[in-house]
Amino acid sequence: MPAVDVEDLWKYYGDYPALRKVTFNVEAGSCMAMLGRNGAGKTTLLRILCGLSNPARGQVKLLGAHSRSPGTRARTGIIGHGIGIYDELSAIENLKLFGRLYGLDDPAAAANRWLERTGLDHVKDGLVREFSRGMRQRLAVARAFLHDPKVMLLDEPFTALDDRAIEMLQSLLRDALASGCTVLMSTHQLREALELATHVGLINRGRLVYTGGRTERMLADPGWLYREYGET
Amino acid sequence: MREKLLYGLALAGGLLLVRNLYVILLGFENEASQGAIYRIIFFHVPCWFICFSAYALAGGSSILYLWKRKTIFDDLAVSAVEVGVVFTAIGLLTGSIWGRIIWGIWWTWGPRLTWAFICLLIYLGYLMLRRAIEDPTERAKNSAVLCIFAFTSVVITYKAIDWWRTQHPGAVLSFRTGGGNIEPAWEYMLLFNFLALALLSAPIVMIRMRQEKTQREIDGLRRRTHEL
Amino acid sequence: MLFMRQTLTIAGKDLRSELRGKEAINASVSFALVILLLFSFAFDPASDLTLEISGGLLWLVFAFAGALILNRSFSREQANDCLDMLVASPVSGAALFLGKVIANAILLTIVELICLPVFGVFYNVNWTRQLGGLFLVLVLTTWGLTVIGTMFSALTVNLRLRELMLPVLVYPMMIPGLMAAMQLTTVLIAGEPIAGDNMVWLRLLIGFDIIFTSLAVALVETVLVS
Repeated sequence: MPAVDVEDLWKYYGDYPALRKVTFNVEAGSCMAMLGRNGAGKTTLLRILCGLSNPARGQVKLLGAHSRSPGTRARTGIIGHGIGIYDELSAIENLKLFGRLYGLDDPAAAANRWLERTGLDHVKDGLVREFSRGMRQRLAVARAFLHDPKVMLLDEPFTALDDRAIEMLQSLLRDALASGCTVLMSTHQLREALELATHVGLINRGRLVYTGGRTERMLADPGWLYREYGET
Repeated sequence: MREKLLYGLALAGGLLLVRNLYVILLGFENEASQGAIYRIIFFHVPCWFICFSAYALAGGSSILYLWKRKTIFDDLAVSAVEVGVVFTAIGLLTGSIWGRIIWGIWWTWGPRLTWAFICLLIYLGYLMLRRAIEDPTERAKNSAVLCIFAFTSVVITYKAIDWWRTQHPGAVLSFRTGGGNIEPAWEYMLLFNFLALALLSAPIVMIRMRQEKTQREIDGLRRRTHEL
Repeated sequence: MLFMRQTLTIAGKDLRSELRGKEAINASVSFALVILLLFSFAFDPASDLTLEISGGLLWLVFAFAGALILNRSFSREQANDCLDMLVASPVSGAALFLGKVIANAILLTIVELICLPVFGVFYNVNWTRQLGGLFLVLVLTTWGLTVIGTMFSALTVNLRLRELMLPVLVYPMMIPGLMAAMQLTTVLIAGEPIAGDNMVWLRLLIGFDIIFTSLAVALVETVLVS
């Protein structure tokens, strides 16, 4: 059973289809990089996978269940455009909050563990409002991994990160993939994403025009895919 | 086919309205205490019937939209609300004119007028919300939720105001049409006029629905051309 | 039970956030005091009229001041896209909603409890004669006000004109609840218990709360998931 299973997915913006008949799946333990120009539909697709949006037509299954089912949501980690942490709470308060929301048995222990792994344990009681941008990004990553998710959904994760944060995220993703986690990320940063990816997809104007394994050619020449399939 | 239905309804409504007007203006005699103006009741009261029916229709259509997610229900909801709002305004206006001529005041906080004014505000809020949401699907969904709340509120408020006014009797009460203390001829006329107005409203709703559908198509096509 | 735990976690988070910064509460209390001041110019506070309109006056103050708190409810989730994280988490829409309602209701009650003594002093009104009944009405009406306000806050969270639109949407819907509250409060401040004819208002208030809470809990998930 694939970890992510999307079949005949349609999503409308009024009469206009933002996603058309998108069908693909991602096996457990693999990492798919979803490419596409701005406005192609990557974010719409990711929002549906995250459970923030319902499909108009078609089926979306994560870990065998509907994307909105609580069991699935409890095992999904998300990094979106915004960092998704509260400015007025401290780092550890934020993580404990999300730990409780995700039903962890010991939110405090998990919070401390992840603060350490992202190098934030020395500021754990600091209010996020006072953090630098890089620190907030790392806390967002800690929040995403906090509950040891089986599926990671990332919307342009490398765009807002600085070098140190990119390295940290890539290392965490590699560890997660090694332990059987499935990763799907939409991206513009072809190089960073393609290094991790085992599979690649390309969305153009709401249609999934290409899916397949990541090849050496793509790694060597990231723009190739866009040239081949991108322009119609 | 649809055109024929539209024109047929409009014609039927128009003819009935003309016939009613004839009877109202020429067939009925002036009422003892109010003089000629009492005739306004034959429009004032059916207005309330229409606007309540319209709001109920919008509420039901909103529930159907949330259940089935078919855009036709959203079109029907907004069209019904607009008709309802127009008739509420007409009702308020006719009530106000009547009050001015009979009692010398432009407004009374009678139960029906107060209730109508609240309805007007609630549904103007609905129309305002619709204006503010760009995404058509979000707009349909969120305004459907609001419409359900609105209708619930309309029903509760009706009862609440009745209780309030029995405890705080206003200066005057609007002409009540409880059964038994109204001439049968008048009662029939109220119903006939309700029918006439309903027959005229139906084509308006249908035209408005088609307008919504066309607007949606245009928006979709516009987006497609942006792609090219 | 998991639902209760999630609801209380959300309520706790909202309360902690707000009480740390106290922005909304300060604004709300200040606004309430300003309204009480303005009303003292609108009519003569020393006259007998005050007791008759005490219920109406108080609830106008609470409703207007409450809007400041209710506005923040979902809008504070907008920064940093936190609302998305909450909706994507295993927390159900109903738990998220009720948690926020509880937090808002507590905050609004705090504002009300601050305003009551001030009102008593400014308008020379002894409001303590039917304390139990008064607090009952306070809690019930605050709940109703908060349920509707929080629901519409969720409905308008993404809109530009949210702050303008929220009062216009909320107040007309609140009218039955406010009517009942005003009537009951006037009676209770005058020292009479709720009895006889006035029971209908208590029933209306309870019914109002039950109906709108049920409706909101049923529909909030639809609103939050696009």
